[in-house]
Amino acid sequence: MNLKIALFGIAREIVGQSTLEVSAPEGQSAQGLLHDLHARYPELARLTSLAVAVNNEYAADDTLLQERDEIALIPPVSGG
Amino acid sequence: MINIDLTDQPIDVPAALRSVEADGAGAINTFIGTVRNKSTGRPVVRLEYEAYDSMALHQLHKVAEQAAEQWPMVENITVVHRKGTLHIGDVAVVVAVSTPHRAESFAACQYIIDTLKQVVTIWKKEFYEDGDVWVAAHP
Repeated sequence: MNLKIALFGIAREIVGQSTLEVSAPEGQSAQGLLHDLHARYPELARLTSLAVAVNNEYAADDTLLQERDEIALIPPVSGG
Repeated sequence: MINIDLTDQPIDVPAALRSVEADGAGAINTFIGTVRNKSTGRPVVRLEYEAYDSMALHQLHKVAEQAAEQWPMVENITVVHRKGTLHIGDVAVVVAVSTPHRAESFAACQYIIDTLKQVVTIWKKEFYEDGDVWVAAHP
């Protein structure tokens, strides 16, 4: 399946674009996606934290991703 | 009532305060976050705030709802966060809470700003005379 991932802040700068399309096996988990992205973009692994959001909620490691989900990478937030 | 806004325009602070007025409120507590001229001793020229808008709005609502559950006497909550380019002294965020008595308004206001900083999908980049840094990105 193809996943479309929105990127923000330093994650957007590391990848060099604001959305990323990746092909992933059916049943890919949030943690599995991060593992793949860390391999492709080692700079992402150096961040203090990196979360996956699915449909505007923080996803647990074992959350299964689906093609229709709105997926985003969330580097450390710094609002306020 | 809960009012949440994310804006690229200067925040109207008096309007945010008026928005939480209530006849049953004996206290309005406000937190105003402003842009400081230094960060860890380094002079800051400007900040840029970027947001994942839909998730930031959703999470801000959740944080305000959690505060209203924890302090059920809360009358009104308003949270307004700025995005885009900000300069020294600009208002980045306003949290306003009205309650019958003061203790709960202080507590709820602090809970909201502290939790916002932990979960709301907004990112701040600090610009110095000789470079820039995404705040909190690296250990």
